[in-house]
Amino acid sequence: MTETAQAAETAAVEVVNLAATPLRDLNHRLHELAGGARGPRRWRIENPNGAHAVACGLDADVEVEIQGHVGYYCAGMNKRATVRVHGNAGTGVAENMMSGTVVVDGNASQSAGASGHGGLLVVHGDAAARCGISMKGIDIVVEGSVGHLSAFMAQTGRLVVCGDAGEALGDSVYEARIYVRGTVAGLGADCIEKELEEEHRTELSDLLERARVDADPADFRRYGSARQLYNFKVDNAGAY
Amino acid sequence: MAVDAERPWDLRESYLFDRTVIAEIQRAAREGIYDIRGFGAKRRLPHFDDLLFLGASVSRYPLEGYRERCDTDVVLGTRFAKKPLHLKVPVTIAGMSFGALSAPAKEALSRGASEVGTSTTTGDGGMTPEEREHSEILVYQVLPSRYGMNPDDLRKADAVEVVVGQGAKPGGGGMLLGHKISDRVAEMRDLPKGIDQRSACRHPDWTGPDDLEIKIGELRELTDWEKPVFVKIGATRTYYDVQLAVKAGADVIVLDGMQGGTAATQDVFIEHVGIPTMPAVRLAVDALQELDMHREVQLVVSGGIRSGADVAKALALGADAASIGTAALIAMGDNSPEHEEAYRQIGSSAGFYDDWQAGLDPAGISTQDDELAARFDPVLGGRRIANYLRVLTLETQTLARACGKSHVHNLEPEDLVALTVEAAAMARVPLAGTDWIPGASGHA
Repeated sequence: MTETAQAAETAAVEVVNLAATPLRDLNHRLHELAGGARGPRRWRIENPNGAHAVACGLDADVEVEIQGHVGYYCAGMNKRATVRVHGNAGTGVAENMMSGTVVVDGNASQSAGASGHGGLLVVHGDAAARCGISMKGIDIVVEGSVGHLSAFMAQTGRLVVCGDAGEALGDSVYEARIYVRGTVAGLGADCIEKELEEEHRTELSDLLERARVDADPADFRRYGSARQLYNFKVDNAGAY
Repeated sequence: MAVDAERPWDLRESYLFDRTVIAEIQRAAREGIYDIRGFGAKRRLPHFDDLLFLGASVSRYPLEGYRERCDTDVVLGTRFAKKPLHLKVPVTIAGMSFGALSAPAKEALSRGASEVGTSTTTGDGGMTPEEREHSEILVYQVLPSRYGMNPDDLRKADAVEVVVGQGAKPGGGGMLLGHKISDRVAEMRDLPKGIDQRSACRHPDWTGPDDLEIKIGELRELTDWEKPVFVKIGATRTYYDVQLAVKAGADVIVLDGMQGGTAATQDVFIEHVGIPTMPAVRLAVDALQELDMHREVQLVVSGGIRSGADVAKALALGADAASIGTAALIAMGDNSPEHEEAYRQIGSSAGFYDDWQAGLDPAGISTQDDELAARFDPVLGGRRIANYLRVLTLETQTLARACGKSHVHNLEPEDLVALTVEAAAMARVPLAGTDWIPGASGHA
């Protein structure tokens, strides 16, 4: 392939109309790009109409723009790819993501970024309950608010909430770091407020910049594990 | 005063407060925490021992033991998957985690299963390279904790198993106590070393049967509809759970009865939650038959499988395969008298050892201690697993031939009778010598 042809392939946008193309055909074509295989690097998905598992299991440096609302597990287990949802996302967007970037322009339903191991998830609207549940290294930035039990059993990674957080934030959290700008309805078991130091302001600033969210790091409060429940002690039985 | 062997009736032990109960009350009072242990239920439960086969006689022809074929192959995942699993024997290795078990023990399970052409299964904590390398057929579990879950391993697997529950603790999550968290285990699970890992009991991104259907759909999309998707349930409301799992799109149901083992669970949970394997199989088959899905969706049964007789009885009640966990560990040397001295040093004895949560296993199986694990030879362990699986298969064939069956799947409830009223009611086969099936009017 000539350089010109390569450039043309890179610049071209592959348009897939989900109203006419079966989902499994779309996902299969996207999966075929894994391992550096040749093919379109930019994709536009039209008429998702709330379909589940759109663009899940990607493992390539591609950009996927989804024009509309998606159902559950959009960009699930994503690696390397950039997936942007121009609409709302259902439950479990970017669940178990390993790397790459997933951006939701609208709101995200429950369990956004659940058990994610890496990469960046940005929700420009609100995220519902259990945002960042069981997260294992993913970074999540929510421009709006998050629902109850967000960062439940969160292991590592960062959750940034520019709005408010619901009840039981960070319940049974491990080493994940939680930043909230607005009010917190309540903290879960073993989650406490911690001092926001320079190191945290720097990390927060970087996350906000990467997420393209305009907010002042100094306005946030930091929460994390009190590490009192890491090993079972009968004296703590009342905390469970 | 010691019991006088000549006059044992002078001292009467309470049935209600026997010495085991007394010891547990005093342990609880001393330690202030419930008992956590490994192994499975130790109480006496209705089981396959309470069933017998009716061998062929005048009205049925048996098959010649050494000349006529009795096939044992099993295909799992024929419903939706492009690549179903083809097993040569009707016994698989159940999911057990690296973390609960040492790396060489996991490797041995893989070696043994591969040698006889059956599958083994990952566990909480993810897939180790050793087990993938040595497993011809490997089932990858998707558990609530999602420890070690990643799409690369998912694609490397031959089938995917969504774990809803486990027979030893239906409704409970996993548990790996801090002293078993080595550097490698901690890294695989993205948690600090040395803390107690209590895995979640619910999945983080789905709740209920409608979500499960969507989750299974995602797993199919992730794997391009190639791999069978299993759903594993602990036996409780089995009839309804099986129906819901089938409606959610499962290719295979893995049903674990309450005798199923565990590496670390509260004793009260092991002994008091769930239903025994025998009635659970019957309920699962009822559910499949009612949906016209029996044999279309395969049923794998675990929980107290010890011998070919157990396998054959599970198959006769309608299972497609049986699965072993505790028995596999025992086959590899767990609770072997050769370790008696070491067991004594940690306050146990061969035949009683159940502290699989403690990480001190003299056999090097349920440990993350490098020195203890190094005692375990994965090649020898693999050979023992293979031998044991062969014996289970030969025994199953022996019983099937005696009933005149040319395939172990041709065994049927009609080949069975029960020894007890309870077993007759639960397995829904007649009490031996009668035509009485108590409660045969339905499952409700």
